[in-house]
Amino acid sequence: MNTDGFDPKNLRLANIPEAENPLENHSLDNYKVIRMDVTKMTRAALEGSDLGVKEIDRAKNMFVLGFLYWMYNREMTHTLKFLDEKFGKKPDILDANVKVLKAGYNFAETREEMSTRYTINPAKIAPGTYRNIMGNQAAALALIAAAQKSGLQLFYGTYPITPASDILHELSKQKNFGVKTFQAEDEIAAICSSIGASFGGSLGVTASSGPGIALKAEAMGLALMLELPLVIINVQRGGPSTGLPTKTEQSDLMQAYHGRNGEAPIPIVAAATPSDCFNMVYEACRIAIMSMSPVIMLSDGYIANGAEPWMFPKSADLKPITVKFAKDKNAGEKFLPYKRDENLSRPWAVPGVKGLEHRIGGIEKQHETGNISYEAKNHEFMVQMREAKVEKIADYIPAQDIEVGTDKGKLLILGWGSTFGAIKSAVLQAREKGLDVSHAHVRYIKPFPKNLGEILYGFEHVIIPELNSGQLIKILRDKFLIPAEGLNKVQGMPFTAEEILTKIENHFGK
Amino acid sequence: MEPVIEKFTNKDLVTDQEIRWCPGCGDYSIVKQAQTVIPELGIPRENIVFISGIGCSSRFPYYMETYGMHSIHGRAAAIASGLKGSRPELSVWIVTGDGDALSIGGNHTIHILRRNFDVNILLFNNEIYGLTKGQYSPTSEQGKVTKSTPMGSIDHPFNPIALCMGADATFVARSMDRDPKHLQAILRRANEHKGASFVEIYQNCNVFNDGAFEIFTEKSSKKNETLFMEAGKPLIFGENSDKGIHLDGFTPTIVDLTATGMSANDMWIHDETDRVKAGILSRFFDNPKNPNHLPRPFGVFYVEKRECYEDSMAKQLVDAKAKKGEGDLDSLLRGRETWTVN
Repeated sequence: MNTDGFDPKNLRLANIPEAENPLENHSLDNYKVIRMDVTKMTRAALEGSDLGVKEIDRAKNMFVLGFLYWMYNREMTHTLKFLDEKFGKKPDILDANVKVLKAGYNFAETREEMSTRYTINPAKIAPGTYRNIMGNQAAALALIAAAQKSGLQLFYGTYPITPASDILHELSKQKNFGVKTFQAEDEIAAICSSIGASFGGSLGVTASSGPGIALKAEAMGLALMLELPLVIINVQRGGPSTGLPTKTEQSDLMQAYHGRNGEAPIPIVAAATPSDCFNMVYEACRIAIMSMSPVIMLSDGYIANGAEPWMFPKSADLKPITVKFAKDKNAGEKFLPYKRDENLSRPWAVPGVKGLEHRIGGIEKQHETGNISYEAKNHEFMVQMREAKVEKIADYIPAQDIEVGTDKGKLLILGWGSTFGAIKSAVLQAREKGLDVSHAHVRYIKPFPKNLGEILYGFEHVIIPELNSGQLIKILRDKFLIPAEGLNKVQGMPFTAEEILTKIENHFGK
Repeated sequence: MEPVIEKFTNKDLVTDQEIRWCPGCGDYSIVKQAQTVIPELGIPRENIVFISGIGCSSRFPYYMETYGMHSIHGRAAAIASGLKGSRPELSVWIVTGDGDALSIGGNHTIHILRRNFDVNILLFNNEIYGLTKGQYSPTSEQGKVTKSTPMGSIDHPFNPIALCMGADATFVARSMDRDPKHLQAILRRANEHKGASFVEIYQNCNVFNDGAFEIFTEKSSKKNETLFMEAGKPLIFGENSDKGIHLDGFTPTIVDLTATGMSANDMWIHDETDRVKAGILSRFFDNPKNPNHLPRPFGVFYVEKRECYEDSMAKQLVDAKAKKGEGDLDSLLRGRETWTVN
C-alpha cells in the first residue's frame, strides 16, 4: 500500500465517502497490508540525481516491482535486461530505474515485519526449450512459417479491428521475410485484395473479428467459387453487431459454417490455446493450398491476447506444404481450369504462364472447362462437388485424439476452441475424484476427423461446453444423431474449471 | 538481352465464348478497340489480366483471351490491388461500369486512385443499370424516369471525372464508344501511364438508355458539343473549329473566333499537368440543354507522375532485408527469450 496515494485529494477522486479512509475503516482487516511510502522512498533512492521531480516520481513503479521480486523470490535479470534495451540510450533514466528497482528489492529484504516470501514453482511441463507466446503472435508466426515452407509470398490484406489487429502489427514488422501487408480501405477490400493476391499465386490471408467477417461473407463465396487458396482468421469476440469488442465468445461458429449465400462449404479449424494458434493457422494454410479452397480459422479474444509457454517447433519439423502451380495444358491442346486431382482440387494456374490463359468468376461454371453454365444438372453436380472436395480434406488431417482419459466410458466432455484449459483442468480434477470422464477437443470442425463419430458413440453421455448458446452441439447432433448435452455461457467471459467440474459432478449425482 | 515477346494479333484475343451483350450495345466497340490496341503494346499476352465486377461491362473478361476474373459487384479494384501489389510485373486492367465503380464499389474506386497502383481502369458509363434491366444509376441525370424512379430521379449525379480529380488520381481521361480512333489513342495513353489510369468511356445502352450521349457522338451535333483536348494545343471546337475556350480568371468563356477576330493561340492552351486547370475542365459538365453551356471535354484531363503503391511496397521489403538481413524462420520461431525445462 503506497500510503502517499491515500491523501484527501486521491480519496475524493476514488469516490471514497467524505471522512472515510480504507486504510482506517477496517475494510482491509482480512488482508495482510504492508504500508510504505513509495513516493518518499523513490525520491530518497534518487537523491542527488540530475533528474527532475516529475521524472523521479515516474520510477515509482520500479520500486514496487523490486518489492514484488523479493516477495515472490524471483531473479530480476529479465527486467534489468528490458530496462537496458528500453533506456540504453538514456543512461540517466536507465540508471534511475535500476536504482529504484533495487531499492524496492532491498527495502523488502531488510524490512523486519515482512517475514513471508512466496515461491511459485514452475508449472510442470514437458522437458524442452520454451518461449512465451500469445495467440495473435502465434498466428502471425504460423503465416510466415507456412509461406516459407510452401515457398509462397505471403500477402496479408486486412482492416484494423479488435481483437485481431495484433496479427497485422506483428506481420508488418517482419517485412524481411518478404511479407506484404496491406491495410485496406475496408473489410471487403481486405479479403478481396487477398483473393487477388491468391489469384496471382501468393498465399492470400485476411483476418478480422465477427463484424468484419460478416462483411467478408460475399467475397468468401467468391473465393470458394474461384477455388483459390485463402485463409480467413476470425478472432471472435462477443456479438452480435458491435457486441463486446474486448470480450471473448465462441459465437461465430455458425457464421463460419453457414454464413454465406447459397450452399457454400468452407473448411473450418479452431485453435485451443495461444500456442495452438500456431498449429491451426499453419494447418489452415496447408489445407487451403491442398484443397484450393478458402479456410476459416477460429480463434477468440481469450487466446489471441492470452500467453503461455510454447515449446516452439524447428522449421525442419513442420509439415511440408507442397505447391503445384500448373505449368502445362492438362487436356491435350486445351487447358481445363476446373479439372480436378485426387483431392478434387483444381489446378492453380497463375497469370504469367503462357498457354494457360483462362477466365474465372463467381458465376456457376461448367465442370472442368470453367465456362459459364446455367445448366440444371451441372449446377447440382458442382454444388455436390464443392461439398465433396471439403469432405475429402478428412483424408489428410489427423485423427481425433483423446486429451484426458479413455476412448470409451461414461462421460465425454467434448470441447472446441479456447475452453480447452478449463475443460482439461476440470476433467483432471474429476478423474482424481474417481469419476469416469474423458476430454476430447475438436480442432478440425469442417470436416471433422474421420474417427470422431466412433469416439462419440463410445461414451454413454456427451457434454459440450461452449461460450455460446449451443452451436457445435447442433452440428454434432445433426451429423451423428447423438443426444449430447450443452453447457453454455454467454457472458463474454471464459469458463472457469469449477463451472465445468460442477457440471461433471452433477452428472454423476454428486 | 531483352526477352523476346511472342507477337499476337487482335484475333488471338478473341475467346471461344459467345458474346452475350445486346445487339447494338456500345460494349462491342470497346472490346474491339481494346483488342486492336493491346497487341501493339509489347506486353506478353500471358502477363495481361482483366478484372471486372458485376454488370454488363463486367462480362468483358470472358471475351478477352488473356487471364481474367469476373468477380463480385464493385470489388474489381480491390481484387486488382491485391494482384498488382503481389505481382507488379503483370499488366492489370479493371473493367467496370457506373453502378459497379461509383455506387456499390465507390469506396474501392477512390482508394485505388489515391494509392496509385499501376493499373488501367476502364469505366463504361451508360448512365443506367442495364443488367438489372433499367434502374437509374449514380450518373443518371436528376429527374430521369426509370423503372425505379417513375416520378423522376431525385439523386444528384456524380461527375466521375471531378470525383477522380478529388481522389488525387494521376491519370484522368474521357472517351466514347462511338469514336474508335480516339478510344484507341486514349487506351494507349492509359497503358503508357505508370500509375492508376482512369478512363471514363461514354457507352450507349441502346436498350435501357438509348441516345444518352447522342449529342456528343452524332455527327450533326458532335463538333459543337464536344471539346477534344490535346496537350499543348488551344481548346478549340465548333463546326469549323471556329470557337475557343478562354479563361478569364477562373471562369472559362466561349469565344467566337470569327466574330472577335481572335486567334486560336489566344485561347486556353491545354496543359495536362496543371491540376487547377484540370479541375476547371472536369467541371465542364453542364446539361447540353442549358443555353450557353460549355462543350463536354474528351481526351486527357490530367497526368501526374507519382510513385506507384506496388513499388513502395516492394521497396519496403528490400529495405527491411537490407537492414535486418533475410528473415530466418528458426530464429523467428525461437524469439528473443527462451528457457529450458529439464
